[in-house]
Amino acid sequence: MAETDHRKGPTRRTVLQGGVATGLLLATGMPVGAEEADTATAAASPTPTPTMPMSLRINAKDFAVELDPRTTLLDALRNHLGLTGSKKGCDHGQCGACTVLVDGRRINSCLTLAAMHQGDEITTIEGLAEGDQLNPVQVAFIARDGFQCGYCTPGQICSAVGMLSEAKAGWPSHASADVAAASTALTDAEIRERMSGNICRCAAYPNIVAAIRDAAGEV
Amino acid sequence: MRSFTYQRAESAEQAATAVATRPDARFISGGTNLLDLMKLEIERPAHLVDISRLPLDRIEETDEGGLRIGAQVRNSDLAADPKVRSRYPMLAQALLAGASGQIRNKASTAGNLLQRTRCPYFYDRNMPCNKREQGSGCAALQGFNRTHAVLGASQACIAVHPSDMAVAMSGLDARIETISSGSETRTIPIGDLHRLPGTTPDVETVLDHGEMIAAVTLPPPPPGRQVYRKVRDRASFAFALVSVAVIVEKSGDRIRSARITMGGVAAKPWRATAAEQRLAGAATSDAAITDAAEAALAGAVGHGGNDFKIPLAKRTVRYTLAAAVEGA
Repeated sequence: MAETDHRKGPTRRTVLQGGVATGLLLATGMPVGAEEADTATAAASPTPTPTMPMSLRINAKDFAVELDPRTTLLDALRNHLGLTGSKKGCDHGQCGACTVLVDGRRINSCLTLAAMHQGDEITTIEGLAEGDQLNPVQVAFIARDGFQCGYCTPGQICSAVGMLSEAKAGWPSHASADVAAASTALTDAEIRERMSGNICRCAAYPNIVAAIRDAAGEV
Repeated sequence: MRSFTYQRAESAEQAATAVATRPDARFISGGTNLLDLMKLEIERPAHLVDISRLPLDRIEETDEGGLRIGAQVRNSDLAADPKVRSRYPMLAQALLAGASGQIRNKASTAGNLLQRTRCPYFYDRNMPCNKREQGSGCAALQGFNRTHAVLGASQACIAVHPSDMAVAMSGLDARIETISSGSETRTIPIGDLHRLPGTTPDVETVLDHGEMIAAVTLPPPPPGRQVYRKVRDRASFAFALVSVAVIVEKSGDRIRSARITMGGVAAKPWRATAAEQRLAGAATSDAAITDAAEAALAGAVGHGGNDFKIPLAKRTVRYTLAAAVEGA
């Protein structure tokens, strides 16, 4: 069962160690060796596992890493690249805390392999702002107090950014009366349906919906 | 998760050969079901062949006036396609009733068809499950079986196929095109793709190992009104307890033809052909609709926790038929 230990996630210590290593990576942009990058995986595994080189483009920066093929995109971000904004909630695609944008489309980063996303443009919560200019969805979440503990918030915001693009492109939803209509007004019922892949256990939903409603006018 | 090696497929032919030559290899596309199961070590492939980037991602018109949907078309793209929304609205409705926005952006057309059951005992490695471990028994028969099958089940397995998309495609008489090693191709009517559990619930489809779905073809949209109705425990992001896809074509105050497919009730989308036959030529009356709903569930058997599904399915068939009749 040792192989399943990754579900427990890294200890706070390994996260901190990873953060130091990642600081170096971010500073130098140099590939990180397998031994350094895979500290957490190696510790959880009885035998050394083969790694493969991967190049990932995240928040408009290129990263060259050497990872176990099992590494999910979420674990690559959090454990190997120091991008801990994307959160691990359920690790099974049910809660949405890990939501990131891949080529502008929202996906659960826990339910996909890092290896499958070489060549894609990946955007995490860390990459939404342009310099000091927050994304309109981020601004709206702050203005509307769209969170309590904040753990689901990066996923909520990335999901909302992707969802607003979908709505803008005229995609219908289960809440739409007529799927053939060219566009659908983003009512609260539409927002709730389209955001159903993101759970907030603090139940900050009224303010999340309000924030997205505000942002919809500006995105 | 067990260790595996990873390969990105260069072509459909290469992918089919790569999987066919290794019994422990699997295709991966969206991965939303496979990786979920791999994390639990219910699926344990030693080699993954990534087919997600193969150029099978187009939705094309066919000569006969239907659509050919590439196997790698994402569920969200299929639901958003204007041709699907205007000509096959119940397919768009079914897709949009399934999963979440994030998962629909990942899940492929082929992967949706081939997703595995969500029976909680299949997911729980501490419990017997003939689908997970042939011969170990079925914990659901005497267990918590509220979500389980009432049609086509066996003493070996009472799990249901969870797809919404497949239910609509079944009602649309979709055909599944596959490719195998050596570029061999075949076409399978969707009704023949999934197998009922019988004594081998671990074998879920008629596909051979290494046989890859390349496309799903829809015949021209049949005349009549299409309606998809899903009943579930919460308003969104939940599997169907019962779902119903119907197409009703009227002629005056009579029903010329009707198609009825149910989801959430069996190990495959369940075409209620006996009920369809009863409706052909019948008056558009409550009595005819009720009669059809009874016929649709004629062979249904509950297992305790899911007994409620039988009357629920009848009511949902009636509701959906009535809605289609009204709009036809």
